[in-house]
This record gives sequence, C-alpha cells and structure tokens, in this order.
Amino acid sequence: MKLELRNITKSFGTLVANDNISLTLEPGEIHSLLGENGAGKSTLMNVLYGLLQPDSGEILIDGKQVNFASPGEAMAAGIGMVHQHFMLIPVFSVAENVVLGNEPTGKLGLLDLNAARKLVKEISDRFGFDIDPDAKVEDLPVGAQQRVEIIKSLARNAKALVLDEPTAVLTPQETDELMEIMRGLAKSGTSIIFITHKLREVQQVSDRITVIRQGKVVATPSPKASANELATLMVGREVDLETKRKPAKLGEESLVVKDLTVLDDRHQQMVDGVSFSIRNGEVLAIAGVQGNGQTELAEAIVGLRKIHSGSVVVAGNDVTRSTVREALESGLGYIPEDRKKDGLVGEFTIAENLMLDGSFTAPFAKGVQIDFAKRDEIANNLIEEFDIRTQSAETLAKQLSGGNQQKVVVARELGRELKVLVASQPTRGVDVGSIEFIHEQIIEARDSGKSVLIISTELDEVLALADRIAVMYRGKIVGIVDGKTSREKLGKMMAGIAA
Amino acid sequence: MSKIEVTPGMFSKVEVKPSLKTTITMAITGLVVLVAFGIFGKSGDVMFVWSDSRESLQLPHWIVNSMVLCTVVGVLLLAMATAAFFYRRLNKKSPAWLVIIFGLFAIMALLGWLATGASQGVQMVFILSNTLVFAIPLIFGGMAGIMSERAGVVNIAIEGQLLTGAFVSSVVGTMTHNLYLGMVTAMIASGILSMVLASLAIKYLVDQIIIGVLLNVLVIGITNFLHSVWLNNDSSHLNFPGTFDRIAIPLLSDIPVLGQVLFNNRITVYLMFLIVPTLWYVLFKTKLGLRARAVGEHPLAADTVGINVGRTRFWWVTLGGMIAGLGGAALTIGNVGSFGREMSGGQGFIALAVVILGRWQPIYVTLSALLFGFTIVLRVWANQVSPGVPFDIITMVPYLVTLVAVAGFAGRVRAPAADGQPYTKE
Repeated sequence: MKLELRNITKSFGTLVANDNISLTLEPGEIHSLLGENGAGKSTLMNVLYGLLQPDSGEILIDGKQVNFASPGEAMAAGIGMVHQHFMLIPVFSVAENVVLGNEPTGKLGLLDLNAARKLVKEISDRFGFDIDPDAKVEDLPVGAQQRVEIIKSLARNAKALVLDEPTAVLTPQETDELMEIMRGLAKSGTSIIFITHKLREVQQVSDRITVIRQGKVVATPSPKASANELATLMVGREVDLETKRKPAKLGEESLVVKDLTVLDDRHQQMVDGVSFSIRNGEVLAIAGVQGNGQTELAEAIVGLRKIHSGSVVVAGNDVTRSTVREALESGLGYIPEDRKKDGLVGEFTIAENLMLDGSFTAPFAKGVQIDFAKRDEIANNLIEEFDIRTQSAETLAKQLSGGNQQKVVVARELGRELKVLVASQPTRGVDVGSIEFIHEQIIEARDSGKSVLIISTELDEVLALADRIAVMYRGKIVGIVDGKTSREKLGKMMAGIAA
Repeated sequence: MSKIEVTPGMFSKVEVKPSLKTTITMAITGLVVLVAFGIFGKSGDVMFVWSDSRESLQLPHWIVNSMVLCTVVGVLLLAMATAAFFYRRLNKKSPAWLVIIFGLFAIMALLGWLATGASQGVQMVFILSNTLVFAIPLIFGGMAGIMSERAGVVNIAIEGQLLTGAFVSSVVGTMTHNLYLGMVTAMIASGILSMVLASLAIKYLVDQIIIGVLLNVLVIGITNFLHSVWLNNDSSHLNFPGTFDRIAIPLLSDIPVLGQVLFNNRITVYLMFLIVPTLWYVLFKTKLGLRARAVGEHPLAADTVGINVGRTRFWWVTLGGMIAGLGGAALTIGNVGSFGREMSGGQGFIALAVVILGRWQPIYVTLSALLFGFTIVLRVWANQVSPGVPFDIITMVPYLVTLVAVAGFAGRVRAPAADGQPYTKE
C-alpha cells in the first residue's frame, strides 16, 4: 500500500502543530519520522489515524484520496497504529484485546474466543512473538504488551503500521528484537512509519528519513547520515552530544539505603531488598527499563510510599518512617518523574510553584502569611539563574513548554540547601536545549558536593551523568558498575543478566 | 531471536496473610449468639414453620427451646470461626461456603431468638418470599448501576429512576386499567430520564455526580407535587392500580418451601429471573458486553479500535435506566398497589451500595440485594413477633447486619477503571 500525506496543517489555538507537512510511504518500506518532543510527530499520526481532523491537506492511499473521521475508518483502510501509551485493556486477556472492536461471534452474539485464540496464535507463530492468547495483559511484561499491540494491528490486516516511540519502554535487547520484527514485517510487504527521537535507531533501520521541527518538515536526509548530522537537523543547531565533567571529589555518604523493600497494593515486591549508598560529590544512576520498580524506589526514599522493611538514611537522619516534610527538612530534594502530575500545580504561577516545598518556613513565610515581596524576588532570581523562558513570574505553569516546566521543578529543588538530590527521569519529554541545561545543573550540584541519585530509563542520560550505575530489574538491583560501563553490558543487565 | 518470558507477575510476592477481619467478625458473631441469645437468652420455645398453610405438601413444624437452639448454634458458629482461623494459619482465605453456612446459621439463631414465645413462630415462607419481593427494586436498581458503571458512567440517579417508574406505572396502570402498559411506560419514562443523564454526562461533560443528584431532587419534587395536587384529588381513578396477579408455575410451585417462595410470584419477579442471567450473559459472553466493558475500562483504547465510546455509553445507561424503571414498577404494581410520596425511600442509594458489595457482577449483586431485602423484612417481622424488644433496637438490626456484611466480608473491590470519567478527544 502506498500512503501519501499532502500538505497537512493542524493547529490548536495559536499553536501550529503541523505546518504544511507532506510525507510518502512506499509499500514495504520503513520510513522514520524523526523529531524532538513536541515537534508535531504525534499530532501528524493522530491526523493520519482519524483521531484528529486536519485543518487542511489530504491523505491518499494508492493515489486515491481518503478521509478518516474515526480510527475505525483508518483501520478499515489498512492503517494500524501502535501507540506510545498502549491501547490495551489491562484486565482483558490477549485474545480479547486483539479482537476487540472486530469480534468473531457465534450464535446469540456469543463471543467466539476460540477463533480469537487461533488468530493470536497464528500471527504470533508467524512472526515468532511467543504470546499466550489467554494471558491477562496486565500480567505481561511491557515488551510483550507491545507485541500484543502489533498483533492487534496485523489481525486487522494492517498494510501500513505506525509505531509511535516504540522503543521508549524497551531494553536495548528488546529494541534490537523490535528492529528485527520491523524488518521482517517490511519484507512481508507491510509499510512502517517509525516515530522516534533516538538517532541510533533511525540509523539502524530506516529506508527513508523525514525530520520535522516545530511542526515543519526540515529535511529528508539519506539513511546513511551521521548521528551528528541528524541531531543538528532535529534540533536546528549544532549539538554537543557529550556532557563534560570533572573527576568526582568524593565526600562522606549522604544517602544510605539498606535492604529496602516496598510493596504495591497486590503485595508484589516492587522494590525487593535494595541496598546502595551515595557519597557527597557523586552521581549514582539507576538504569533499567521502565516499570522495574524505579518509581517506587524514588517515592519510598522521599516518603511518598510506605516502606515495608529496610531503612533510608539521609545525611545521618533516619527517614524510613518520616513524613515527606521531615525528609525534605533533612536535606533531600526530589524531582518527580511526572512533572505535570507530581512536580507542578499547573494552575499556579511560576512564583507559586517555586515556593511549593518551602511555603511553611522562611524565607517564604512570615509568621502565618506569605512574604510576597520575598517570594517574587526569589522567583525572579531563580528564573534568571535557571534560564526559564517566560514573560514573568506570574505566568501559569501549565502555559510553559515541557522544557521550561521541568526547569521550574529543577530550580525549586536546587534553589534551597540540599544534601541529597533524587531526580527521577529529569529530562523526560524535554527539548534537547533544556536537556543540556538540566544536565549541566545536575553536574554542578554534584561538583558542589551533593549526593545525586538519578533514575532514568534513557541509557544516554545515564551514561552522560553517572559516576556509578546501578541496574534495576524486577525490583532488584542486578549490579552496581562503573559509570563507563559499555552499553552492551548495561543492556544485558537491564534484561536481568548479572554482570 | 530470544524469547520473551510470558509469565504472570514480574515481581516476587510477599506472603501476606489473609486479613483477620473475617475471622474476627465470625468469632464476635458466634460469641454474641452463644452468650446473648443462648446462655443469657430467652427461655421458652420457638416454633419454625416451614410450610405455608396454602401448600399441598405440609412439612411438620419444628419446635425447640430457644436457649438450647441458640447455645448449640453459638457453639457451631464458634467452631466455624475456629476453622476460619486455621484456614488463615495455612495462609488460605476462608472458603465462601463456610462463610455462607455461617451466615445462614447466624440468621437462624437471630430469627429463633426474636420469635421465642411468639404464637405464629418463624414463618419461613413469609420471610423468604418477602425478602425476594423487597429485593426486586434493589436488584433492578443494581442492574441499572452495573450497566452504566461497567460502561464508565456513574449513575447516582437510580433513586430518581425507581421513583419515576413507580409513579408512571401506578398512574398509567390505573388510568388504562392495564398493568402491563403501566410497566412498559414506566420503563420508557425511566429510560428517557436516563437519556438526560447520559447525554448531559457524555455529550456535555457535566459532572456525573451533580447531574445524578439533581435528577433525583427533580424527580422527588415533581412526583411530590403531582401527588399532592393531582393524584390526591381523585386517587381511585389515578392512583389505585392494584397489583399484578400471582402466577403459580405448575409443579415447580409445589416444591416444599422454595416452590412457594420462588415459583408463586408476580411477573416482576419472573422478569428478574430472566434479566439477571441475561445481563450476565451479555456482559461477559458477547461482543456487546466486551465492548461495553472496554469502554468502561479504557475508553481511548476502545475508540482506537473503532468503538463509538459515546454511543456505547449512551445506550448502556439508557437501557439500564429502563431496567431501573421496571424496579420502580415493582414497588407499586409489583408490591404495594399504589404510589406514595418518595416511596423509593433511598432504595436507589442502597442499590449503589449493592453494586459495590456485589462487585459489579450481576449474580453477586443479586445476592447482595437479597441480603438487603432480608433486612427490610426483618424490620417489619421482628416488630410483630417480638413486641418486648424495643422498636429502636429492632430497627437497628438490619443496618448492623449490613455493616457486618460490608465490613466483615466484602474484601477490597475494584471498580471499572474509567468509572465516572468523561471521555473527550483533545
């Protein structure tokens, strides 16, 4: 199937998310769509998939113009989509998820689950997916869930498959396997649009590349282009992919975590006997695929999650049973992984967000009231120091771009006296310029003698920042290794193979 | 290519003993029965009357000393509590049958204690058949709750839907002299009320709780108003429909005890026998049900496979409302025989509790509704047989039973993931 998008324009209010974008997908080719977060990739694909209607422009399949009012129509035309956030129903089985919306039925509208199972088995065997049709989706590892999504599209006879940031949740090995699956699919005639911001993957698998930036197509480089060329096109300026840092000057241990166990509400050990310690002036990064207990670990250290057993000591104070406020007062700073949900109050101004964790004491509070003059002074200083691009401190946090929102969170945490910084996914969904800036700030915190714990699923980020790397897998630490450990070795550890 | 492990549960589980709640509840109940009803209970005999006088086959009455009965039952209950304790020692939950048998024995002791010395005794057929009749509006209300919540819309308006059904069925039934017409119009009227809820909630994204509450207040106001300015003027021509005739099913209704309870009933009860299993079948065995549950769990995922979220929700809420309307009809032409002000009396809200207690499963919801129906009967019946016990205490008993059932036996429940969340595309 040949798919063409011609001059697609889509705007939300004053923001032009897609500005006159054109793109062609030939049968059996892998076409990479490369761009930063917020460049307009997902909007374009939602237009293609009928979730959004374009303001102007047209979609052609095999030369014929089509119009998708809903995903159902796009699907019927042979377009399948694997979303970044899986569109699977956790409490349903694999077979139920695959046939949903397109169910084989027998008498009296009875669901024919046997036919569904056979369908899953058949596709799964054809491409070597090894998926049990009766497994409940919520019990499957993320990589397997992604295969279920692919099966779902193939079961609907998808001729063109859109993969939206499919590698974000995978280990390096799983990523390699996915690349192989993609090549296999392309060989069997399925065309693939591969959306990503990871240069290495683009180089590995593409037949053709389109780079978009701020809603516009900026280039269609050759698949043989170098990583630096691609990065420059994607960001719009020269990018230095390396972070420079001095050798660590180690002090005493400021964060000691011992035999920490944290349970979820199903009594699973999300954090399973984890121990490590971090010295002042050192960055320890926790690497691992998303969902292996890293979130729970960070929340337990800060006091947001109940600790089942073990202990956490911050700068000599045992905070195992402390409230969050006590933990913060003992010198802990925390950058949560989801800034919109946990890091900021979107409806508050920047100045208000910057005082969130200190609102009860000086300098922000004067007796029972807020010292507004002081608050604004501090806010303006932080905005200056942390390069937050905004018109004023009175702008609402939700109106900022992702990168600037994250800078607000970083500024708030680093703006007060800290001994330990816990940063969870500090640059997720942030533009390259902000990533560079936030990384510099984290390194500066380390050099000024703080203990830093980074939790990241991006191997690039881990390698850029860490003095030591701990890899987490299924709630346990597989091993703690030097910061210069090779990608391949880390990849193996992320799949649970001890070093 | 290496194989991805597909095993349930990525993380190792901590052995956590089942909660002590059930065991403690059982032990306390057993102790109360043994001490309060048995050892320090009422002296005198109690008579268990198994058969209704109308039945062809009469089972003999059973007369036993109240203190002896309650002491024996109390010891049995404590034995079962001990068994539950040992199940817990083995890290197992107490099996459902143990809890059910425990409940039946506890209820028997309670009934025996209340009816000690009463000349009419414990009339099993009376109690059981009225339990069923009183439970019908709750069951239909519960089915309405399941249907809308499984599809992701919280339906607080069940109360209003019951009341609408009760009012319309009574008035239409009286005016047309056709109770079946009254029943059908009740379903339509409640269905229309649900359409208001559904369209405001789905299309205009008004907060579902607020619309539900407003609809309830609105229906109470309108029916009260019409009742006092219209129905009261000429109630014999407007609000005197009578009730459906009882239909005894041949042979089945001759089964001792249960025959009279289950198979000599009004059409509303038989409709319940039909609707509950049908809803179960549709919900869990057909594609319609799969789609509705998908919409209630993850509407965006349903949308991306071409399921129309709004339309699905609209029809499930509306059809649910029609069933609630049937429940309203069961209040008037299925039981009392006329419409009274605010006669649903909070049963729509109890239906909400019943839905949670029954975990959004039609069969379990029906069983929970029967428990609530029993507590309503108990309140009426206990006052007749046990005039010595202060009325306030007796009124308390049903709520105590409910509290014990909910707190002691209902475990952690999991609602449909998108229940109450409006669905919008950006």
